[in-house]
Amino acid sequence: MLYDVSLTIEYNYAATSDRARNLVRLLPSDIAGVQQVRQRLLQVTPRPDERRDGVDFFGNAMSMVAWHHPIDAMSLNLTAKVERFDTIVPLDFSPRLAEFARDLSAVHGLGPDAPHHFASASPLVSPSPAMTAYARDLVDPDMTAMQGVEALGRALHRDMTFDPEATDVNTPPEEAFENRHGVCQDFAHVMIAALRGIGIPAGYVSGFLRTFAPPGQPRLEGADAMHAWVRAWVGQETGWIEFDPTNDQFAGTDYITVGYGRDYGDVAPVRGVMRTSGGQESRQAVDVIPLEGA
Amino acid sequence: MQTPTQPTDVPSDFFSAYLQRPGVADELFDAKGQMRPVWRRFVDRFARLTPAEIEARFERGDQYLRDAGVFYRQYSNDPLAERDWPLSHIPVILHEDEWATICAGLTQRADLLERVMADLYGPGRLVADNHLPAALIARSPHWLRPMVGVEPRGGHYLHFIAFEIGRSPDGTWFVLGDRTQAPSGAGFALENRMATGRIFPERFPRAHIHKLSGFFGTFRNAMERLASPQWEPHRVSGILTPGPSNDTYYEHTYIARYLGMMLLEGEDIVVENAQAMVRTIEGLQPLGMLWRRIDAAFADPIEFNPTSHIGTPGLMEAVRAGHLGMANALGSGVLEMRAMMAFLPRMSKVLTGQALALPNIATWWCGGTRERAYVQKNAQNMLISPADAVDLPFDLGATTALGGEFRGTAMGSISDWLEREGDRLVGQEAVTLSTTPAWQADGEGSGRVVPRPMTVRVFAARTPEGWHFMKGGYARIGRSEDVTALAMQRGGSVADVWVVSDRPLPHTKSAVPSDGNFRRAAPGILPARAADNLFWLGRYVERTEDAARLIRAYHLRLAATDNRNDPRLKALRSYMAGYGFDLSQTVPEALISRISTARNCAFNVRDRFSTDGISALSDLLKTATRMTKTAQPGDDCARAMSVLVRKIAGITGLVHENMYRFAGWRFLSIGRALERSDAMASLLARFTGEDAPEGALDLAVEVGDSIITHQRRYRVETSRDTVVDLLALDADNPRALLFLIRALRQHAEALPNAHLHGRPSDLLRTILPLETGIACAMPVEMTPERLMTIRAELARISDLISATYLR
Repeated sequence: MLYDVSLTIEYNYAATSDRARNLVRLLPSDIAGVQQVRQRLLQVTPRPDERRDGVDFFGNAMSMVAWHHPIDAMSLNLTAKVERFDTIVPLDFSPRLAEFARDLSAVHGLGPDAPHHFASASPLVSPSPAMTAYARDLVDPDMTAMQGVEALGRALHRDMTFDPEATDVNTPPEEAFENRHGVCQDFAHVMIAALRGIGIPAGYVSGFLRTFAPPGQPRLEGADAMHAWVRAWVGQETGWIEFDPTNDQFAGTDYITVGYGRDYGDVAPVRGVMRTSGGQESRQAVDVIPLEGA
Repeated sequence: MQTPTQPTDVPSDFFSAYLQRPGVADELFDAKGQMRPVWRRFVDRFARLTPAEIEARFERGDQYLRDAGVFYRQYSNDPLAERDWPLSHIPVILHEDEWATICAGLTQRADLLERVMADLYGPGRLVADNHLPAALIARSPHWLRPMVGVEPRGGHYLHFIAFEIGRSPDGTWFVLGDRTQAPSGAGFALENRMATGRIFPERFPRAHIHKLSGFFGTFRNAMERLASPQWEPHRVSGILTPGPSNDTYYEHTYIARYLGMMLLEGEDIVVENAQAMVRTIEGLQPLGMLWRRIDAAFADPIEFNPTSHIGTPGLMEAVRAGHLGMANALGSGVLEMRAMMAFLPRMSKVLTGQALALPNIATWWCGGTRERAYVQKNAQNMLISPADAVDLPFDLGATTALGGEFRGTAMGSISDWLEREGDRLVGQEAVTLSTTPAWQADGEGSGRVVPRPMTVRVFAARTPEGWHFMKGGYARIGRSEDVTALAMQRGGSVADVWVVSDRPLPHTKSAVPSDGNFRRAAPGILPARAADNLFWLGRYVERTEDAARLIRAYHLRLAATDNRNDPRLKALRSYMAGYGFDLSQTVPEALISRISTARNCAFNVRDRFSTDGISALSDLLKTATRMTKTAQPGDDCARAMSVLVRKIAGITGLVHENMYRFAGWRFLSIGRALERSDAMASLLARFTGEDAPEGALDLAVEVGDSIITHQRRYRVETSRDTVVDLLALDADNPRALLFLIRALRQHAEALPNAHLHGRPSDLLRTILPLETGIACAMPVEMTPERLMTIRAELARISDLISATYLR
C-alpha cells in the first residue's frame, strides 16, 4: 500500500531566550521487508541557522536544528510518500517461555537490533512489581514467547481505556497502569514494562496510522496524531514482532514506522531546549492517505 | 582469630599501642615485625618529638588548610554546608622503587582500559565475541549510545584517570576500582602536600620526597596541545564543573586557579555549527578541549539526560564533529562498572596477550551459572552488590549483602536474590587492606600512633610521551581498626602519600629559568558568567553597606527620640520598606539575605576571588546572623550596624587594595559604583524633596558618610543646596553621583569593545551625556524628578552592561 503522509507540529513559546536547539525525529526510513520511502521532506520554520540530518544509534533518521537567535514559535512540516509492504503475522517458531532466557543469553553483540538494549529498565520504562505480576497472571511457562506477547497485548487492550484526558507525555507507566487509562504512549509503555518484567525484550515504535480505515472497518484510535506501538523480541528464530495494544492487533499494512527506541525518550518527535522561562504549547495534525491504484 | 602482636622494634612510647594483626600487611612494619627501611628515618625523628611539639606541628598543618579555605561539601539540607578537611597528619611513605612497580602495572591497566573503551564505542568485538556480556553493557546508564562510532579528538578516549589501590596480606598491590569518569582528589592531594610541608618542614624529609607539581603542568600542556593543534590555533581549554553545589567543587576551583585554566559551567558554553564556544566578556571564544568534571549523562540535555540543567545543549554535536575533545571522552564512566572487574583479566589476555601485572579485586558476575553458584557458596566472604554500580567497593549502597547478610532493607534470602537477579549482581571478595600509622589524640595534649586501614589513589595523565603518574598522591585512612574495605566508607580521613628516594633529590625549580626573552602572558579570558557574578557581588556588598547605614540612622534616631512615630522614623521605615526591609525587625531578615547573596556570588567565582575575601564574607554573614538574635532596638542595634559597616569596609578594602586590576575587578567595581550611585540618587530624591520631614537633610548627609566634609566645606547648617552639592555634584566625594558616574565611565572605557569602528559603544554613549549633565548642573536643578530620571538612566546602563558583557 502506498501512502501520502503529511504532518504538521506547531509550537508556541511563552518566553524565549537567546537561542534554541531541537533534535527532531520525524522522517520515516527504509526498513527491509517492511516499508520503503519513495520521498520524504521535513521543513522547519522559521528557517534554522543550522541543520544536520543524520542517523541515530537505533537507525532512526534524526535532524538537529538550531537557531542562533530567539524564536517564539516553530513549526515542523513533514511530507512523505511511503510504501508499506503487506506483512503477515509470522508463524510462531518462538521458544517456550520456560526456555526463553537461554535463547536470549545466546545472543551476543550490541547492534541496533540486539535484544539486550530492550531487555531491562530504560530511562522512562522500568518494570514494576504490579505490571510484572499482571503479566505473570496472563502467561505460563508452556506458552511460546509470541503467545505471551499477544496475550498481554490483548489483555491490556481489554483492561485499559483509551482516554486522552487521563495522562500527558510525562505520565510514568506505573501511574497509567494503576488507573488503567491513557493514550497510545501509555498503552505502549505499560506493555513494554510488563514484557520486560517477564524477561521479554520490548521496545517502542513511533509512527503513523492510516487516517481512514478501509470500508467496513472502524477508524483506528490514534490516527489523528502520531501513533505508538510495541515491538517485542521473541527469540532468535523469529526476531522482532510488532503489536499495537491500543488497537488490539499486530501492526500490519496500516502502520508506517518512523522510529524504534527503548521508550518514548529515544524517539520523541522533538527533543529540545528552548531556554525558556514560560510554558509552551503545541498542536499536531496528521494525514495518512492511501494513494489509489497503488 | 590470632591475637595481635607487638612489633619487635618499637621506636618510642607513641608506638606502644601499635599492634600488628596477623594476616594483615602493615606499611610501617614487615611481617617479621621489623620496621620497613623506608620509614626508619622519619619515625626516628618523629619519636623524638614531645607531645606538645607534635600537637603544635599538626596545628600548623590544620591552620594552613583552614587559611587556604580547604573544605569539601557534604550533601545535606544546606546545599552550601562545608566540612573541614579531615587530614590524617602522618603521611603514608612508599619507596620510589615500589612506586615505579605500581605505576608500571597501572600503565598496562590504563592502556587496557583505553582499548576496552575504544572497542565498546567502536567495533564492539569484545561483546560480539562474548568476552563481555551484552546485557551488562546494554543496561549500563554510562554506556552512551550517541558516542558509538564517534572518533574522539586526538584519537584517545582516556586522558586523566585514577586507580584506587590497596595492599593485600602478602604484600602485593591490587586495584579496588578504576576511576575513569571524572576522578577527584588530585587537587586535594596538592593541598595535603602543602599541609604536610608545614608539619614536617625540615630538609629531611623534604629533600627526599618526589614533588607533585610537575604532574599538573604536564597534563595541562597535553590538554592545550589537544585543544589547539597547529592547524587549529587559538582554541582554548577549560574545566567543566557541575557548579558550586557539587561535593568536590572546591577542588575544581583550586585546580582551575592552580593551573590558570578557565572554570566553566554548562551555561558558559554555547554550540554553534558544531563549534563549542565560551561566552566571554569579549564575545564567543572557540573551545578545543574540556577537562570534564561533570558526569557525561548530564553534559548535553539534547542527546543525554533531558532533565539536566547543568549541561550544554549541542555539546555532543561538537564532540561528534571532532571540534571538541574531552578528558575523558563522554561515556568513559562505563569502565567504572563493578562488573567490569570480572572481565578485565580475560580481556587483557584477549586484547594484549598479557596477564594483568596488578590484579584487581576478585569479582564474579552472577549472570553466569558457575559464577553464581560460586558466589552463593562463598557468600560469607563476599560483598554482593549491583553489577552496574560505579562507586568503589567500600561505598555501599542499600541493596548490598556483605558476609552473607543484607545491609539495609531485607530482601529475602541471598540465594533467592542471586537466582532472581543474578545477571544484575556481582560478588566481590571481601578484601583485607593493609594498615598504616595514624595519630590518635588522647584529648589531654598527648596521643599515640595506631594502625589504620588505608587505600591509595594513584593519578595518571596522558601525555604525548605516554602515561604520566603523579608521584605521590592521596590515601584514604579508615576510621577504625576494621581492615575490611568497609571501614573506608565516608567519615574516614585522608593522608598525604610520600614517594621517597634514598638520597636527596636534585633540587628542581618549579619555575622555568629566565632565558632573557621574558614575554608577559596575555591576560586570561573572563567568562561572562564569572563577570556577572563579580558584578553582582559588587552590587550586593554595596547594597548591604547602604542598608546597614540606613538601619543605623534609624536606630540612632530611635534612641534619641524613643518615639517610633517621629516623622523621620516614619519616613525611613517607608523608604526602607520600598527596598524590602522591614524595620520593625531589629536586624531585618532582608539584610541577612543580601549578605548571603553576596557570599553566594563570591562562591560562584571562587577560582577568581581571594580566599581572604570569601572568609571575610562568611564572617560578615555569621556576625549579622548572630545579631538578629541579640541586637536590641536603639543604641545597641546602631552599634551593631557600625560593626557591620566596619566589617564591610574591611571587605571592600581587601578587594580594592589587593585585587589585580584585571577585567573581573572592573566588573566588581562597576557593580559597586552603579549600586552606590543609584542608592544615592534614590536617597536624595526622597530626603531632599519638599515633602521630606524636618531633619531629613542631616540624615542624608549622615547616610552619605559626609558629615565631617559638610562641616568643613560649608561651615553652615545643612541646606538643600549644600547637601545636593556635596552628595550629587561633587567630583571629589566618593559617594557623590558625579564621582561615581565618572568612575563608571572610566571603567567602561577600559572594557573590551569600548569603541567600535572609532565610535564609542552604546554603553559609553549612554554614560557620557549623563556624566556631562550632572557635571554642568546647579544644585537647584537636581530636583527629585531629575534624580528619578538619573535612576532610570542608571538602570539602562546596568541593562546595557548585562547585554554587552554578561551573557
